[in-house]
Amino acid sequence: MTQTTEPTTVNATIEVNAPRERAFEVFTRDFGAFKPPDHNLLAVPIAETVVETYVGGHIIDRGTDGSECRWARVLAYEPHARFVFSWDISPYWQVETNEDKTSEVEVTFTALAEDRTRVDIEHRHLDRHGDGWAGVRDGVSTGEGWPHYLNRYADLLTS
Amino acid sequence: MIDGWAALGDPTRRTIFGQLAAAPSAVGELANTLPVSRPAVSQHLKILKTAGLVIDDRAGARRIYRVNQSGLRQMRAELDAFWNDTLTAYKRAVEQPDPTSNEHTNHVHHPPGENR
Repeated sequence: MTQTTEPTTVNATIEVNAPRERAFEVFTRDFGAFKPPDHNLLAVPIAETVVETYVGGHIIDRGTDGSECRWARVLAYEPHARFVFSWDISPYWQVETNEDKTSEVEVTFTALAEDRTRVDIEHRHLDRHGDGWAGVRDGVSTGEGWPHYLNRYADLLTS
Repeated sequence: MIDGWAALGDPTRRTIFGQLAAAPSAVGELANTLPVSRPAVSQHLKILKTAGLVIDDRAGARRIYRVNQSGLRQMRAELDAFWNDTLTAYKRAVEQPDPTSNEHTNHVHHPPGENR
């Protein structure tokens, strides 16, 4: 397969047996409950994930020792249709403080029936994260910069 | 077809990939620093190459491997898996009968005076 330019977007979609209102509420309110727990930029386990449900708010992981990681900015909060946040995480799984180097996640909720909703995720502008690929060495060689769910996912593929 | 995600699920391949990120190397150089045989290193490199994580150049009689700098592809593979994992877990959560079961670990903070 020859491809000269990589797409700069990742899409994911799922249909759930729930009304659109609930689908939206659970996604925004309980994000920390279903986000892979190893997706963690803190040095300690996450005690809670807070989603500030207003434009200008953040998604914040709070560690068991009280430390905090603000890894996303809420860009749009439109119940029960749309939720957009920035992805302030560099390719090396560190918080990216330069907003020009962050990507964007849009989540949309479409009612298919009274009790069925389609959730679409578009993670776009990945090219904005820029290069700095050389830093991969630190993450890979220590084995800590890579999220543990990488292994978990690989296990799933091979099982 | 193996992707970057699965290719790096193996600790030896992560080590090899890390070494190549530090410095492009030939098979023999990698085998000298690793507790695995040269054919095993070759096999790992083949998988990393198939996954698009490393590329090789011929330098005389030797083949030099280095990290494929198109980090975007790598990032896409990771995020693809991340969102699939997340949505699978989300589906379980949203289809649970009890909507308040996760309240002890998650809080919604409304801004002062917000009135939607």
